Amino acid sequence: MRHTLAQKILQRHTDQQITKDGQIVQCRVSKVLANDITAPLAIKSFNSMGATDVFDKDKVILVCDHFTPNKDIASAEQVKVVRDFATAKHITHYFEGGDCGVEHALLPEIGLVGPGDIVVGADSHTCTYGGLGAFATGMGSTDIAGAMVLGETWFKVPPTIRVVLNGTLPQWVGGKDIILEVIGRLGVAGALYKALEFAGPVVDQLSIEQRLCMSNMAIEAGGKAGLFPADAKTLAYCKAAGRTGDVELYADEGAHYEREIVIDCSALTPRVACPHLPDNVKPVAECAGIRIDQAVIGSCTNGRIEDMREAAAVLKGRKVAKHVRCIILPATPGIWKQCLKEGLLEIFMDAGAIVGPPTCGPCLGGHMGILAGGEKAIATTNRNFKGRMGSLESEVYLSNPAVAAASAIAGAICHPGKA
Amino acid sequence: MYKGRAHKVGAHIDTDAIIPARYLVTTDTEELGRNCMSGLEAGWVDRVKKGDIMVAEENFGCGSSREHAPLALLGAGIPVVVAHSFARIFYRNSFNMGLILLEIGDEVKKIDDGDQLEIDAQAGVIKNVTKGLTIETQPVPPFMQNILNKGGLVNYVKDRLQQTA
Repeated sequence: MRHTLAQKILQRHTDQQITKDGQIVQCRVSKVLANDITAPLAIKSFNSMGATDVFDKDKVILVCDHFTPNKDIASAEQVKVVRDFATAKHITHYFEGGDCGVEHALLPEIGLVGPGDIVVGADSHTCTYGGLGAFATGMGSTDIAGAMVLGETWFKVPPTIRVVLNGTLPQWVGGKDIILEVIGRLGVAGALYKALEFAGPVVDQLSIEQRLCMSNMAIEAGGKAGLFPADAKTLAYCKAAGRTGDVELYADEGAHYEREIVIDCSALTPRVACPHLPDNVKPVAECAGIRIDQAVIGSCTNGRIEDMREAAAVLKGRKVAKHVRCIILPATPGIWKQCLKEGLLEIFMDAGAIVGPPTCGPCLGGHMGILAGGEKAIATTNRNFKGRMGSLESEVYLSNPAVAAASAIAGAICHPGKA
Repeated sequence: MYKGRAHKVGAHIDTDAIIPARYLVTTDTEELGRNCMSGLEAGWVDRVKKGDIMVAEENFGCGSSREHAPLALLGAGIPVVVAHSFARIFYRNSFNMGLILLEIGDEVKKIDDGDQLEIDAQAGVIKNVTKGLTIETQPVPPFMQNILNKGGLVNYVKDRLQQTA
């Protein structure tokens, strides 16, 4: 059988023969991940399972990134549970302090995930690692506890939707705009139980950062995974992250796809997902002038160094509108330090932005930028569900970093070419 | 057999609606239950009597992987959710947590808010007592039935550990 990328990776991790979509297979996992919200429940389940040790102390990763630096006593207690577990089980990859970043930005950067891996995480945006050619998917805490104990889990082999990216990328258009367009076309349930596989000439033009951003949002179309082939660019990225032994990975010629959607990237303009679902996608021009109170630039979707550079290019020598709180959160300490070296932090601060530590914080309405009733935010994050960033009466618009930066300057949603 | 009143909600009810992130500073089922669905409407849970049934349209439980979502529903006293369809992570989580899900596609149109339901989950039969209708659903896939028979994933893993010990 000729395999899609998803089938190919699953096949490498199971002794069963994969012959069709929908088949249930038991697979060995490469890495198992949880965070400060989901690990405490996973640890509870781990203990109920009667387990004493994790299957491999080097393959379980615990990242306290959601409510950290701990926002209150309750979140501090949760992190303590995770820390105590990590200590007791001798977990190699435990992150909480100055080495901690937003998990899905951190793991690729430090080489903990790579092509051909199966990564399961108790976080829905685990699908991010598909940007490196990994089969990566989110699960709940108890599934993750099972994987921590057994080093394996079950999957239903997903049918794949092939997303063909044609053309060339215009100015101001990046991975975020493409994936918003895809979600807009598929709808938030369009890829339910399915994998997305990205193909076409634009793949070569996309940096690894942009691919990670796109795979990150596969879940917003309901997808189980969002996969890119692992090419020379991927291998160079992984090598720089300190990995060795990775090889290129492509789907088989003639593999079966459930369907194909084709995007002409040349015709795209920056996209905005309007309240209250990520599939409510419009060209930025149609949203221009909507007054905002806050702009958030960061997260596992768009908190990487390229995103910071993109925001800085727009903010340089400009001022954030007086009524806007522009919050910039480089997603890892490595990115933060690079921003410092390149003078981006100075640009942000001169523009009147607030620069904070790496954290998921405002994306999920955790802390560091909560919205009051009636307030509107533009954010480079991934979800604009009702109440996601605070009050049930607030609104979130999703965009790329340049649009968010331009809107912060204009005080209203704005095309970066017009700020 | 589960008997209760249907509380009907719309399509794409996300996990931030089921349990907003600000309540995720606990793993306590009862406490999560008190804030169940408060991301949809403040005080939503006040209408629920223990044993009532959640009925939803397409893609119920989309969004985050938080297992707190099925726990919040269970904590609110809701043992069963009937929907057009479910989001994938929520589906797995619910099985693992012992929240029963029945996926019935367009048949969900035959249930209105406030209808009295009787559900035989094993047989996959939903009786709408108010309307005098019966809806039949697909049986649970055998692999997942095996996990359910063991009493959920926790016991399944426990069994496997004992076999290898």
